[in-house]
Amino acid sequence: MSMAEFFRMGGYAGYVWSCYGLTLVVLLGNLWFARRELDSQVLRATRRTQASASETSGSGPLGRAS
Amino acid sequence: MWLWFYKLASPPYAYAVAGKLRPWLLWSAIALMIVAAYGGLVIAPPDYQQKDAFRIIYVHVPAATMSLSVYVVLAVAAGIGVIWRIKLAHAVAAACAPIGAWFTVLALATGSIWGKPMWGTWWEWDPRLTSELIQLFLYLGYMALRSSFDDTQRADRASAILAIVGVVNVPVVKYSVIWWNSLHQGPSISKLGAPSITSDMLWPLLTMMLAFMLYFAAVLCDRIRSEILKRERNASWLSSVMSTRGAEA
Amino acid sequence: MAQLLAGGTAVREPGLLQIAGLIAARELRLAVRHWDQVAQPLIFFVVVTTLFPLAISPSLRELRNISPGVVWVAAMLASLLSLESLFRPDVEDGTIEQWALSGQPLPLMLLSKTVTHWLLAGLPLVIMAPVVGTALGMPMSVWPVLAGSLALGTGCLSLLGGIGAALTVAVRRGSVLLALLVLPLEMPVLIFGARAVDLAMHGEAVAGPLNLLAAVLLLCLALAPFAMSAAMRISIE
Repeated sequence: MSMAEFFRMGGYAGYVWSCYGLTLVVLLGNLWFARRELDSQVLRATRRTQASASETSGSGPLGRAS
Repeated sequence: MWLWFYKLASPPYAYAVAGKLRPWLLWSAIALMIVAAYGGLVIAPPDYQQKDAFRIIYVHVPAATMSLSVYVVLAVAAGIGVIWRIKLAHAVAAACAPIGAWFTVLALATGSIWGKPMWGTWWEWDPRLTSELIQLFLYLGYMALRSSFDDTQRADRASAILAIVGVVNVPVVKYSVIWWNSLHQGPSISKLGAPSITSDMLWPLLTMMLAFMLYFAAVLCDRIRSEILKRERNASWLSSVMSTRGAEA
Repeated sequence: MAQLLAGGTAVREPGLLQIAGLIAARELRLAVRHWDQVAQPLIFFVVVTTLFPLAISPSLRELRNISPGVVWVAAMLASLLSLESLFRPDVEDGTIEQWALSGQPLPLMLLSKTVTHWLLAGLPLVIMAPVVGTALGMPMSVWPVLAGSLALGTGCLSLLGGIGAALTVAVRRGSVLLALLVLPLEMPVLIFGARAVDLAMHGEAVAGPLNLLAAVLLLCLALAPFAMSAAMRISIE
C-alpha cells in the first residue's frame, strides 16, 4: 500500500484523520494543562516557603539574626 | 504490602511516589500508543462493511471505556475518602474528574464523526452515544457541585455523595438506554464497534486501551500532586520539600 | 427504652413510626397554611404542557404521538420546581439543624418529610395528568397506565430530587445546579415511565417498564434517605 493510499483511508480520510487528530489534541492538551497547573502550584509553594523562611531567619528588630 | 498502602495515604509519600512514577507511566503509554496506532492503521485489514472507517474504533472505544472507568475510580476514591476519612482519596477523586470528562467528550466527538459515514447523520440516539452523553452530564454535575462550595472539605464530602449516587445509577442508566433503544429498529449498520472482529483487528484495540489507562495514570500523577499542593498549603513537610527544590533550582 | 426525667417519672422514647407521623403532621399543617406553594408546581405543569401544542401543532393526531413524552417531561420539570420548597425553608430557619441534633434517625425524618412532600407535590400531578393528557390527544384507555407510571415515577423523582436538594440547599442560587445534578439521575425513570405510556397507547404489554419503575422506586426508598441524610449533615455544617 502506498503512502498516498494510506492517507486516503479508502475515501474516509476526513473522518479517520479528524478522529485521530482530535484524540491527539485532547490527550496532549490534558497532559499539558495538568503539567502547567502543577508547575504553577509548585512555584507558589516554593515562594511561600521562601517567604516564611526569610521571615524566620531574617534580622530581628535590632538588626541581628534571630 | 498493607504498610505500603498506609504510607500511600500520607500526602508527602504520595507526592513523591507520583512524581517518580509519572515518567514511567507516560513513556510506556506513548510507546504502546504508537504500537497500537500502527497496528490499527496499518496492519489491521479493512473491515468488510465499513472499510477503513472502522479504524476509528481504535480511538473511540478506548476513550469510551476510559470515560466509564475513570468515573468508577472517582466514585471509589470518593467513597474511600468518605468512609475512612482519608483526605488523599478525595484529592484523587477531584483529580480524576476533568480527565474523565475529556475522555467522554472525545468519545462523543469520535462517535459522532464515525456515525456520519456509517449512518449518514452526525448524531444518532443509539445506546452507546446516549449513555456517553448522560455520563458527560454526570461529570459536569460533579464538577459543578464541587466548585459551588468554597470550603474544600465540604466540597469533598458533598461531591462524594453525588459520585456514589451517580455510580449506582450508571448501570441503571445503561440498562434503561439499551432497553429504550431496543424498542425501535436500529439503523442498518447497527451499533458502533460491531464489525466482526478478527485477532488482527483485536490486539491493537486492547493495546490502545492499555495505553490509555497508563496515560490516565500519568496525567493523574500530575493532577494529584497539584491537589496535594493546594490542600497541604501550610504543612511542614511541604516547606522542607519546597526548600530543597528551591536549592536545586 | 425509658428515660428518667428529673422528677423520677419515666418517659418512653418515641418510636420510629411516631417520629415519622409527627413530621408528616407538621408538614401537612404547614402546607395548609401555604397553599400557593403546593399549587404553583401544579399550575406550572399545566402551563408547560400547553407550550407544546403552541410550539408544534394544534392537530391532536400529531400531538397524540408525543403526548406521553410531553406529559412526563412536564411532570419532571414541575417536580424539580417543587423541590426548592422541600428543604430550603427548614434549613434556613434551623429546623433541620434541630432534627440533626435531636438524636433521632435523620434518614427517617427526611424520608417522612419527602413522602409528605410527594403527597402534596407529586400526587396532584398524577391526578392532573389524565386531564392534561387528554388535552394532548391521549385516549382514555391509557389513563390507568399514565396515572400508575406517574405515581411510581414521581415517587422516584421526589426521592432522587431530595438527594439533590439536600446537596445544594446550602448553595446560593442553587436551583439550576439542582436541575443539572438531578436530571441525569432521573433519566431512567423518564425512559421507563414515558415508554410505558407509549406502549399502552399502542396496545402493547406494559408490565415490563412498570415493574422496572417499581424496582427503581424500591431502590430509591431504600437508599435515598441515607444519601439525603449524609448530604444534609454536610450542608448544615
